[in-house]
Amino acid sequence: MLAVQTHEITKHFGEVRALDGVSLQFEQGIVYGLLGPNGAGKTTLIRILATLSRPTSGTARVAGIDVVDDPMAVRNRIGLGGQFAAVDDYQTGRENVEMVGRLYNLSANESRKRADEVLERIRLTDAADRPVKTYSGGMKRRLDLAASMIGRPEILFLDEPTTGVDPGSRLDLWDLIEDLVEAGTTLLLTTQYLDEADRLADRIGVIDHGKLIAEGTSTELKNRLGGDVVEIHALDGDIDSSAAVLTPIAGEEPVIQGQSLTIPALRGVDTLTQVVRGLDEAGIRPEDIALRKPTLDDVFLALTGRVAEGEDAEARPTGPRGRRGGR
Amino acid sequence: MTTTQPRPKLTISQKLTHTRVITKRNLLRNVRIPQLLVFATIQPVMFLILFNYVFGGAITQGGPAAAVGDYINWLIPGILVQSAVFGSTQTAVGLTEDLRAGVIDRFRSLPMARSAVLTGRTNADTTRNLWVLGLMLAVGYLIGWRFGQGFLRVALAVLLVLFFAYAMSWVMACMGLAIKDTEAVQVAGFLPIFPLVFASSVFVPTDTMPDWLQAFAENQPITIISNAVRSLMLPEQAVEFIGFNQSELIWQSLAWTAGIILVFAPLAIRLYRRISD
Ligand SMILES: Nc1ncnc2c1ncn2[C@@H]1O[C@H](COP(=O)(O)OP(=O)(O)OP(=O)(O)O)[C@@H](O)[C@H]1O
Ligand SMILES: [Mg+2]
Repeated sequence: MLAVQTHEITKHFGEVRALDGVSLQFEQGIVYGLLGPNGAGKTTLIRILATLSRPTSGTARVAGIDVVDDPMAVRNRIGLGGQFAAVDDYQTGRENVEMVGRLYNLSANESRKRADEVLERIRLTDAADRPVKTYSGGMKRRLDLAASMIGRPEILFLDEPTTGVDPGSRLDLWDLIEDLVEAGTTLLLTTQYLDEADRLADRIGVIDHGKLIAEGTSTELKNRLGGDVVEIHALDGDIDSSAAVLTPIAGEEPVIQGQSLTIPALRGVDTLTQVVRGLDEAGIRPEDIALRKPTLDDVFLALTGRVAEGEDAEARPTGPRGRRGGR
Repeated sequence: MTTTQPRPKLTISQKLTHTRVITKRNLLRNVRIPQLLVFATIQPVMFLILFNYVFGGAITQGGPAAAVGDYINWLIPGILVQSAVFGSTQTAVGLTEDLRAGVIDRFRSLPMARSAVLTGRTNADTTRNLWVLGLMLAVGYLIGWRFGQGFLRVALAVLLVLFFAYAMSWVMACMGLAIKDTEAVQVAGFLPIFPLVFASSVFVPTDTMPDWLQAFAENQPITIISNAVRSLMLPEQAVEFIGFNQSELIWQSLAWTAGIILVFAPLAIRLYRRISD
């Protein structure tokens, strides 16, 4: 059965088109990663699928049930973990989880039993009876995950589960999520991080400006990106002359963002060597030069052929360029 | 694949459980963050003491106090209503905090009764109000307030006030859901409350007010509830002397309270459903 199936979903907030016709579907038992920069529409889509908000147009089915026609039936089958840990500071971890169990219509006994199980799985048993205000940020995220699992959902929605946690906790969370998936939960996960989608997701959808712009396994997407890139940071006056050096090497014009020029490294280290030699011969000294893995920015460049701050950037003040601080 | 059976509709007992769970959660907050309860308590007690000693002397000489005895006997019924109404603003504050923390989103994604988040909130706030009212009566007793007509009448009076506080909690729930911002709602919540509380018989009888104000003051719910409570708490001769009609005032109070709930509870639930559309 299909876990999620959306058809031409749109969501408008006044002038802003948070979603602009998203059609995606995936089957049960997999991890689907929704990858996109700030403001892409990830949270908006999750909120519609979790019955928190209604689409402006289009339809969405979760476990075969229409989210607008029968939200209650959908809620019985889903779990939601937020971008911010939605747990009560003044309750203990166990109390938080048991409360959610009761609200999933479990009996008091069953809630208690499952809370034990879930806390164990999430490795919070030792801290379970402490008030949440004594927890670290990573622990709160884990507790939030525990709360979203106590109803044994068929489909779990996790919105940026690792945003804002330190790298150690991030690895922890990844482990936990992988355990969950092994136990058979279908997962829809949003993220801004390519490596996260890469590690966790069986299939990845790339979303930008409310549109699904690419879909596939992580390998498929990477092949479309063509592997590594060479990026140089040129001095102000050298941008045009540097571009003139790079173009014949890449066989296409470099992508220029401010002082940064990027070309695909079709021959890996050899491309880098060629670039260094070419610049040297032309008497250009760049500030910085590097061979690196493609970032999310490069994904967008490759997929859309433009920098993610498009013509209509006003509506989206927090595009990926904003995040990088621009050069 | 473990499939939860489709549950067609929530039963009444499930809805009651949800309300109980949320009520308990909200009450726990008061117990676990003692500062909350301490400040929620200190403020009304401070009002009681200030008003009694600042206004008491002046008012005893001018008002219907001859019949009432000390000003405290006039003041206590009014200030119970005032603190209950002030306390109801916490409903708005609590809801906006839950909205901001994302807790409401979690609740809305669960297969639970939509109304439980709100009833659980208003129930808890009314319970906290009961505690505040009890404490004020105790402090009042220490500074000279006495039962006029025995314990049962006082208990009935407290119930009237609580019921009204419950109604005001629903008004505040609407404000919280409409305004959504904690700081803004802390200010906005008092906007309707101040004129209602001060242009009323809470602190002084309405007959010295200018005509236009008197017309408003005498026909608005806070005066009616305060006077209903007085008719249950003052000695019977005093009630007669002032001319309070006890049963009429009680019925009017109940009618106002029920009316407010009938309008604002469904409105709050509607606002809650639409919260992110
Ligand atoms: N309630 C709302 N009212 C108005 N605009 C909104 C609302 N919710 C979202 N938007 C807008 O819709 C667009 C998509 O937002 P959304 O939160 O879905 O992005 P996102 O992909 O989750 O971003 P992030 O990575 O920052 O969480 C943004 O331009 C945002 O400003
Ligand atoms: Mg988001």
